[in-house]
Amino acid sequence: MENQFIFTLLILLLPLASFLFLGLAGHKLSHKAAGLVGTICLGIVAVLSYYTAIRYFGSPRVDGAFQPVVPINISWLPLGKLSFDMGILLDPISVVMLIVISTVSLMVHIYSFGYMHGERGFQRYYAFLSLFTMSMLGLVVATNIFQMYLFWELVGVSSYLLIGFFYTLKPAIAASKKAFIVTRFADMFFLIGILIYGFYTKTFSFDFTDAENARNIAGAAFILPTALFLMFLGGAGKSAMFPLHIWLPDAMEGPTPVSALIHAATMVVAGVYQVARLFPLWIQYAPETLHVVAWIGAFTAFYAAAVACAQSDIKRVLAFSTISQIAFMMVALGVCTEATTGHGHEGSLGYMASMFHLFTHAMFKATLFLCAGCLIHAVHSNEMSMMGGMRKYMPVTHWTFLIACLAISGIPPFSGFFSKDEILSASFAYSPVMGWVMTGIAAMTAFYMFRLYYGIFWGTENKEHHSAHTPHEGGWVMTFPLIFLTIFTLVAGFIPFGKLVSADGQAYDFLAHFDWKLGATSCLIALVSIALATYIYKGEKQPVADRLQAAMPRLHKWAYKRFYLDEVYQYVTHQIIFKHISKPLAWFDRHIIDGFFNFLAWGTHELGFEIRGFQSGSIQKYAFIFLLGAIVLIFIMIL
Amino acid sequence: MIQINCLLILSAIMMFAGIFGFLTRRSTLAILLSIELMLNAADINFAVFNRFLFSGQNNDGFFFTLFSIAITAAESAIAIAIMINIYRHLKDLSADKLDKMKW
Repeated sequence: MENQFIFTLLILLLPLASFLFLGLAGHKLSHKAAGLVGTICLGIVAVLSYYTAIRYFGSPRVDGAFQPVVPINISWLPLGKLSFDMGILLDPISVVMLIVISTVSLMVHIYSFGYMHGERGFQRYYAFLSLFTMSMLGLVVATNIFQMYLFWELVGVSSYLLIGFFYTLKPAIAASKKAFIVTRFADMFFLIGILIYGFYTKTFSFDFTDAENARNIAGAAFILPTALFLMFLGGAGKSAMFPLHIWLPDAMEGPTPVSALIHAATMVVAGVYQVARLFPLWIQYAPETLHVVAWIGAFTAFYAAAVACAQSDIKRVLAFSTISQIAFMMVALGVCTEATTGHGHEGSLGYMASMFHLFTHAMFKATLFLCAGCLIHAVHSNEMSMMGGMRKYMPVTHWTFLIACLAISGIPPFSGFFSKDEILSASFAYSPVMGWVMTGIAAMTAFYMFRLYYGIFWGTENKEHHSAHTPHEGGWVMTFPLIFLTIFTLVAGFIPFGKLVSADGQAYDFLAHFDWKLGATSCLIALVSIALATYIYKGEKQPVADRLQAAMPRLHKWAYKRFYLDEVYQYVTHQIIFKHISKPLAWFDRHIIDGFFNFLAWGTHELGFEIRGFQSGSIQKYAFIFLLGAIVLIFIMIL
Repeated sequence: MIQINCLLILSAIMMFAGIFGFLTRRSTLAILLSIELMLNAADINFAVFNRFLFSGQNNDGFFFTLFSIAITAAESAIAIAIMINIYRHLKDLSADKLDKMKW
């Protein structure tokens, strides 16, 4: 069984090889060759991932559940009882993640041929994409929390490199630094959490069912909520949970395909994946803390949706929408109350809902970002005011964008409806308050997505801007990924996801437990929101929107400025931390610590300068000093 | 009979004359002579102590003096050889000019 899956090692090694090859020898290749190398490697990885999924989900269940498979696990750094391992773990969620990552990554590789055409550093771009893909795949197949952390950091680095890809642009550099520092700050908590966890449980492994591990973990039950919450803080940084979300909107300075891959579909869900990975511990030892996570998620979802309603940069809208949707997944995990899919079903429904939404969201959000890329490619601007009326010029982008919008709004039969509906029913099962809050946020989602849609494809056309340069579709390399991902969005809802992934591995037939009333309500609310957005934003002139803005200027401005959270951070870091902590510390370092060592160096130097006069080269002076020394010695002896 | 004190004072005077000469004379030859003085002072001490403390028991002190004189002769030969070489190179034997081997 184990040896059948040894080929999964290739899934990690191929992108690594491609990264090393393109990174070292890329500048000698032509753009086309470099892109082909990266894309072909990724194509093979994608094929292998699909093959793994088919093989894995085709293998027989034991006790009704798919068994985790560990094809390879090498002890990398043994430290007494603890050991840092490196390996591959295949279980339902990691296999699903393999599919998500390799699919979106492959589409982004293909798309980048068109989008990045002729850019300086094209080969470097593909090298970084390979690095990112390798790290993300390594993260999801990690067999232990430490390996996960290692690849977690690698993912952060490649994100940093790709955000700052246009390294001559000031905003790109600032954004890459911001992303790196904020996530790194959060990762510090992750590391502390891991260390606490490892110290008390004597294991890093994800194998919680192993008898010895289970005993050790049960012995450390008192510390687990703390450790898990610290790890969640790391995940909150990567997954842009409030208040650590500030880096994600700025990360949109990177190339758009990168935003689609890293900042919408894969890396930002790492935090969700981490919580899902440790879900058995959460649910058994820290259920109260898990509900705290749910409320953090709910607030983030609301905040991001509110901000998204007022942004004018299309990528920013999508970024806030991503934050909001990831928060949905967090909520889904957080509202779980039990680990088994037994009689009650709803208690653990959130786990499956979260993974399902992760899967569908990756597909339709990647579509949206790639559409945004096409639009930016066509009009050379991110601002909605530069667009308007684009449906005439870019039919493919228009239709794929519309379908993705419908999916994210939760309109059947698109995939988003199914996953979002499961999240809502999980929330209602936890508490009606949470359920209605999430339904309200889902309505806001539909509203701002259609505001964006009408703003781009309908509304007032910016004739002045378009007259100089008629917008047009990119080549097939840019439209093919759109269509491919849209097909996924269309059919993904009908995948019997509950049968593949659930909290305890038992097959769960979602349709059999489908709450028709809830589904109809959420669908109706979404339709009302869309109708509202249509009413306000579809026309050439937008009197209602203008009037609303005039009626509540302050609210609009606050939302547009993201409720001034960046300014708050700016104030806290610059005015308080830098001014009152860092500066005195820097002064202490420069004057006291450096001063002490400079004094030592200066003293030795001066003393040496004085002493070297003795070594005059004159034999008689040497003899004299020798004599003095001898006399002193004699005196010491006598005394 | 000459007292041991007189002989020891003689050797001490020779010793300090040698040290003084070694430290103050400029000429390398004079320095070499000073070294000879110091060595001879030590030889006198050997002989005197053997004569006055171990008379009739053994003659180690005398033999050691002879041994020392032989070594002194060899050392003088080497020292003079070095001096001739230095003179050939520098045309000078003043000790204060020979300060090339410093920092």
